[in-house]
Amino acid sequence: MKDRFALLRKAVQLGWGLLTNAHITGFVKGTIYQGPLKNFCVPGMNCYSCPGALGACPIGAMQSLFDARRRKFAFSVVGYLAALGLLVGRFICGWLCLFGLIQELLYKIPLPKLKVPKKIDRVLRYLKYAVLLILVFLLPFFWRSELGVGEPFFCKYLCPVGTLEGGVPLVLLQEQLKSAAGFLFRWKFALMALVLLSSVYIHRPFCKYLCPLGAFYALFQKVSVLRLKLDGEKCVSCGKCEKTCPMGVAVTRDPNSAECIRCGACVRACPAGALRFGSGAKKPGLNKNEKMNIREE
Amino acid sequence: MKRKVPLAVTVLLLVLAVASCVFGVSRGELKTVYRKAATVCLECIGIG
Repeated sequence: MKDRFALLRKAVQLGWGLLTNAHITGFVKGTIYQGPLKNFCVPGMNCYSCPGALGACPIGAMQSLFDARRRKFAFSVVGYLAALGLLVGRFICGWLCLFGLIQELLYKIPLPKLKVPKKIDRVLRYLKYAVLLILVFLLPFFWRSELGVGEPFFCKYLCPVGTLEGGVPLVLLQEQLKSAAGFLFRWKFALMALVLLSSVYIHRPFCKYLCPLGAFYALFQKVSVLRLKLDGEKCVSCGKCEKTCPMGVAVTRDPNSAECIRCGACVRACPAGALRFGSGAKKPGLNKNEKMNIREE
Repeated sequence: MKRKVPLAVTVLLLVLAVASCVFGVSRGELKTVYRKAATVCLECIGIG
């Protein structure tokens, strides 16, 4: 049963990734899709310069709308992402993000895993909000180059998704781009390599510390319609949920933490059935003896 | 565990978010998104 749920999530992640990157000919010819679907943003991190991408990247789209030359607010993308966040919060991160899946698969490589010390981890988690505020909102909106145009700072200087999904295949497939790749490409390639390498040792490091899209969805986690419900009467305080959580969330204290990607690992791990998604009817709690039995197990 | 923020607030915010989206689309933001997304983004791929 447990494995079936984990498999279902992997299937959804993979299926979504393939569906939104189904422009196969792009990988052969080194071109990108230019059809009408590119008007719309996908919900997760997915570079629109990936040869297979059918949709637009929401973070890239937001920055291009903010373009400092015009200084217009990105009403459509911000509204779209806010609506998704209000409906399901970071469920998108856990189920519909291709780059999240890539990191999870790398973490499966059987090598010793690194546990980031709590104090450092706590501070680093705020970094993604700084990335969102400074590199996605403020700089693209206010900073103008000598030519009077704005720049997508996050995409240009930090985003490893663009390098992996767009940069590497296009540079390999197009001679012109290969010859144009200079310091910036090497910088972005190094960052990408660092993120991918650290994904082998740390679970989803980009999502935890750097992703501005995850930070945006996290803002709505506590008010979203989809929620993780903890039934205090059923909970036996065994701590299995917290041990299982790959994002390091204190599930019983804060089930709707901004760090939760709603992967459902805790729901599966709970032996008392005290955790569930949504707002279904309340089921009766366990009696004292049943709780003791579960604790002893 | 009860909701700290009532569902009505979430619904209100949802209405605002959808309205923001519709407003953005009505003033032609999709064109800008398409223009950026349908050409190779040199910044994104690390060229310039």
